[in-house]
Amino acid sequence: MLNTFMQSRLRGLVILALILIILPAFLGNPFHYELVTQMAIIAATVVGLNLLVGFAGQISLGHAGFFGLGAYFTGIATGTYGWSSVPALVVGAVVVGFIAWIVGRPILRLKGHYLSMATLAVGFIIAIILNNERALTGGPDGMPVPAFEVFGWELSAFGSYSLLGIEIEGFQAWYIFASVVLLVAVWFALNLIESPIGRALRSVHGSEVAASVVGVNTAKYKSLVFVISAIYASLMGSLYAHFQGFITPAVASFEFSILFITMVVLGGMGSTFGVILGAVVLKLLPQVLADFQELEHVMFGLILMLTMIFMPKGLLPTLTAFVSKKMRKKAGGEA
Amino acid sequence: MFKTVIRRAGKCAAVAAASLMMMSAQAAEPIKIGSFLSVTGPASFLGDPELKTLEMYVEKINEEGGVLGRQLELIHYDDVGNASSARNFASRLIRSDRVDIIVGGSTTGATMAAVPLIEQAQVPFISLAGAVVITNPVKKWVFKTPQTDRMAAERILTDMKDRGITKFGLISGTGGFGSSGRTQTLEVAEQMGMEVVADVTYSGSDTDMTAQLTNIRNTKGVEAVLNFGFGQGPAIVTRNYAQLGMELPFYQSHGVASDSFLDLAGSSAEGLRLPASPLLVPDSLPDDDPQKEVVQNYKAEYEARWNSKVSTFGAYAYDGLMLAVRAMEEAGSTDPEAVRDALENIKGYVGVTGVFNMSPEDHNGLDPESFRILEVQNGEWKLIN
Repeated sequence: MLNTFMQSRLRGLVILALILIILPAFLGNPFHYELVTQMAIIAATVVGLNLLVGFAGQISLGHAGFFGLGAYFTGIATGTYGWSSVPALVVGAVVVGFIAWIVGRPILRLKGHYLSMATLAVGFIIAIILNNERALTGGPDGMPVPAFEVFGWELSAFGSYSLLGIEIEGFQAWYIFASVVLLVAVWFALNLIESPIGRALRSVHGSEVAASVVGVNTAKYKSLVFVISAIYASLMGSLYAHFQGFITPAVASFEFSILFITMVVLGGMGSTFGVILGAVVLKLLPQVLADFQELEHVMFGLILMLTMIFMPKGLLPTLTAFVSKKMRKKAGGEA
Repeated sequence: MFKTVIRRAGKCAAVAAASLMMMSAQAAEPIKIGSFLSVTGPASFLGDPELKTLEMYVEKINEEGGVLGRQLELIHYDDVGNASSARNFASRLIRSDRVDIIVGGSTTGATMAAVPLIEQAQVPFISLAGAVVITNPVKKWVFKTPQTDRMAAERILTDMKDRGITKFGLISGTGGFGSSGRTQTLEVAEQMGMEVVADVTYSGSDTDMTAQLTNIRNTKGVEAVLNFGFGQGPAIVTRNYAQLGMELPFYQSHGVASDSFLDLAGSSAEGLRLPASPLLVPDSLPDDDPQKEVVQNYKAEYEARWNSKVSTFGAYAYDGLMLAVRAMEEAGSTDPEAVRDALENIKGYVGVTGVFNMSPEDHNGLDPESFRILEVQNGEWKLIN
């Protein structure tokens, strides 16, 4: 029974949940909580991006644009116009999804990597608009974002709350919230991958010609998953804005888009849990390397290079392959 | 993974703390001064001299016996000019390193990203960034040492008015500095009854601004031109201005008030005016100027220690650190509330940037006159007033 459970697709999700439950025991101070909360939000974004990159084989170089658009939509709607957080989040996601559909629909009819070019341009356009519409976005100096709020109940990283009779601090509440969000994001992604849509996508990734020969509407599925991954980015951008309390156009920058793609490639394309690991590593590195200020970028580059040379499939897939090989050897030896 | 990281960070901290203990004979715990600066990246011309200044004066203060009988310990991080890493490092300073005061934030974006956090955590913070939004409206825990861009606009427009100019053309960069400066200039012009007859912009990557300048030249009634921008843009504007043979009085902002600008713009800079820190003309200051000695000392000490030209931006860090030290001495402790109150009540501190008079309504404490109007004459800065 345990075996069947371990084989099920929920295995990874349960392990992730356990890690998230145990993790607070190792978090020494509020700063660590904050870092992990950010990691969870970024990881959820990357899980969405991985649907596109890892399963549909398309690369988006403008995902930070969608992330930034979500963040700014939330910032402007809640901050300037006094909306409640949830409607702002939802409307922002719908708008971003629509933009992604407009961009993706004509391009994804074509074969090849035209989407990268288009998303690159869209990302730049979004960043330029955020930089220049000073009256709306506060320009390059950024804008403040109010705390997350549902029905007048505020979730601020600085408040303190009582949950089921236990007193918890705001940063712990945010940690729990972000963990739940990450689990839901992963659960949705796993289900999508195992659904007919997911199978269609993988067939597209394998061979687009073969997929269309067996009757898969490749353009439709590619644009669908592109829209879904953009919505992931928008929703997480909104949460990120609320959590940070202040956003600048840097959230929509090209560098940030590249960081997202790097997380996917480093963690392991097509591995939902791998890309989470990629996000964790890339968020953690700047903090670990902060002591080597001058050498930070050199070490950063070196680590990425070594990983790509020796683990071309990404961190997690390589590690799991290594472990299962060892285990098989051991089992073989005993038999 | 995280555990090892924490353990490693703990070890690093322990080693650092131990070596500091050995260095100082004092048994008392050091006062921790936190700083996040853009030491590398696009804003490194701000962060680099700021960090050098902080390091050098923390050393100097420690040699002289420290503050309140305790040594100072500088904990600094490089935010690479990225606002969200600035916020993360501010959080690390407050929550992990538990610093007593923060002096830092090279850019307005980095400063403003950290402000909500600092306000909530209630730690005194002295920012080194320019825009007026940092201290207006006043935030309880946030102070800043550079003059605001609004003051620069006021100073420039007053000088224009003295020369009988009431209509001018504005050309500004679209970066943070330029666009904030543009907004302030438009507001100040309206208040002073002056007219901005042309208002054009250029982006940071533009390599030729002849089109914009021609546009201004062809506008009726232009009596002077003002350029608000940062980095290489203003140098290009200056060169184009000379190439077009424009004869109108030309003004630049304090954003380019450095010797390297003179090198970039060359002879085309001849005759232009800008508001600047007295640090550019230490020896031309009149002898009765209270700042003269401070400015000369800072310049001499910095250039002797680092063997490189002093910069206005480093002076912001000097004033920030000295204000922090003075506030702690006046408060007699490092209690955040007491230090904040002391900071707010500092009167008549003579710094490199200007004479600071803080108050509950003014967390900057400078007046527009702390800017000196300089003119380029024969390739050198000349003090006008």
